[in-house]
Amino acid sequence: MIRLTGIERTFTVGGEQVHALRAVTLEIAQGESLSIMGPSGSGKSTLLNIIGLLDRPNAGTYELDRRDVTGLTDDELARVRREKIGFVFQFFHLVPRLTAAQNIELPMVLSGIDPAERARRVEQLLAEYGLTERSGHRPDQLSGGQCQRVAIARAMSMRPGVILADEPTGNLDRHTGQEVMGVLERLHQNGGTVVVVTHDPEIGARSHRRLRMIDGAVASDEKG
Amino acid sequence: MRFADLLGFAWQVVLGYRSRTLLILLAMGIGVAAVVTVTSLGEGARLYVVRQFGSLGANLVIVLPGRSETSGSMPGVLIGKTPRDLTIDDALALKRSHAIRRFAPLIVGAGDVRSGARRRETPVLGSTAELMDIRSMELASGRFLPAGDPRHSQPVCVIGTKVANELFGTRQALGDWIRIGDRRFRIIGILAAQGESLGFNTDEIVVVPLAAAQALFNTESLFRILVEAKSRDQILDAKADVEEIIRLRHEGEKDITVITQDAVLATFDRILRALTLTVGGIAAISLAVAGILIMNVMLIAVTQRKREIGLLKALGATGRQIQMAFFTEAALLALGGAAVGVAAGEFGNSIISQVYPAIPFEAPWWALVAAPVTAILTGISFTVAPARRAAMLDPVQALSRR
Repeated sequence: MIRLTGIERTFTVGGEQVHALRAVTLEIAQGESLSIMGPSGSGKSTLLNIIGLLDRPNAGTYELDRRDVTGLTDDELARVRREKIGFVFQFFHLVPRLTAAQNIELPMVLSGIDPAERARRVEQLLAEYGLTERSGHRPDQLSGGQCQRVAIARAMSMRPGVILADEPTGNLDRHTGQEVMGVLERLHQNGGTVVVVTHDPEIGARSHRRLRMIDGAVASDEKG
Repeated sequence: MRFADLLGFAWQVVLGYRSRTLLILLAMGIGVAAVVTVTSLGEGARLYVVRQFGSLGANLVIVLPGRSETSGSMPGVLIGKTPRDLTIDDALALKRSHAIRRFAPLIVGAGDVRSGARRRETPVLGSTAELMDIRSMELASGRFLPAGDPRHSQPVCVIGTKVANELFGTRQALGDWIRIGDRRFRIIGILAAQGESLGFNTDEIVVVPLAAAQALFNTESLFRILVEAKSRDQILDAKADVEEIIRLRHEGEKDITVITQDAVLATFDRILRALTLTVGGIAAISLAVAGILIMNVMLIAVTQRKREIGLLKALGATGRQIQMAFFTEAALLALGGAAVGVAAGEFGNSIISQVYPAIPFEAPWWALVAAPVTAILTGISFTVAPARRAAMLDPVQALSRR
């Protein structure tokens, strides 16, 4: 469960204060599927970064699974990210010199999971996302859709409660984008919390709950 | 993160950026190879000198005419004329000392040696039977100079193998006669091939009885007296005895110089060791340069791999883990460079050894340890700054730009 209360985020750009987020209060229940939409510069990516503990708010509190994570150190945040949050990016962010299997394994390597257990999970994830035949390929030998499926498998490898996707279809053609959204929806159906930032209304409309942001504030919050 | 995984991750990076890896291996390799080769040269020179002195014979004390006020110069040779000559009687007087096992007076000159139509200019040594044991000479055939009163002599000589070959070719030299100046000598022995020994190549000399050499070169005075002490502990006693005996014979004047092999050897040993360390240190500067190259490359890597570092952070890598990844990478590169360098240095040594087989080129063990250790330490310490920079990267910024 995610609970944001009065979150403020300001950046200083060229000596000027820019309010990226203004008094955002938001609660996301476990297992919810949420899309965040809005024009560029509306603060939707900043919100996602704060939920993902990559960025810190200037004011307000953030509770993740009933624990206040606002004041944690960088290393503590890294550990929370590792255990509870999976990221999916617009540009996939796969490590180019590693194979698909090695990319999926990376978060488990960082957390020191036993190699035998890692191999078991990687095999399972490869099968689940239809990548078994591509396990030895490097990112430049994979299609965009395959890259994003590897990225999602990587995000799922630590079995996090929350998946955060920043424009996951932004770099894919329509058909592949639909396919990737299908994968994310399956995660949601299996009980995961999925938060998707997008500016594509069609993609956004597929979520159960839809947030619209304008000028760093939540403009509308629709369900159903 | 497990250590094996850390190594595996760094290994992937090292393999992933081949040209960069080769560049660092080259720089580190050159540095380490320079240290290994240069210290080998120094160590080789030191061992060469030590062995040369060793080949002089054990427990040796050398007596030279003339007194030197400053150590290090060669009295008699530089000054030309000395106050009082060393004579055969001076040498014979040394028999009184109990610390001395044996001694051999020595006269050296250049002689025109002939056999039939063949002739050659060689160093001619005038000495006694004791010379053979004192200088650890070996015979290939025949026997050495006969023992007896050094004031009288028979017309016999012992020649080096090279002299024998050049004057007689395949003919039997032993028992034949040669002519030195206007005197004839019968060859009673041929020296075994031993090579260079402190200034003299025993393959190229002719040894004649002392009295014959005196007549040949028309001189009474000795070039040296080689004295062998009874044991290593008695070297200093022998030295004191020699000084005292000769002083009494020379009307109380100390006009000789006595050199012990130990003292000379220790001095050379110290000088050459210091020299080796110095040039080794100079060569080590190239290691520092290689370290700076590693720092440069790592700084570039932090910029180049910004997105990857951001990603690792997003996936839950701590700052420490990212630093460790960079340190492991640097250590792998430095270790590889050190291995390349040691191999290249040893290869260079083997080539130099082929060219100069007489000098024992061999990297001293401390250089083989110090060079790689220095390489790895510089590699890691020059990575501190880049690794910190990587660990401090803001993941949002690192990931945002394409």
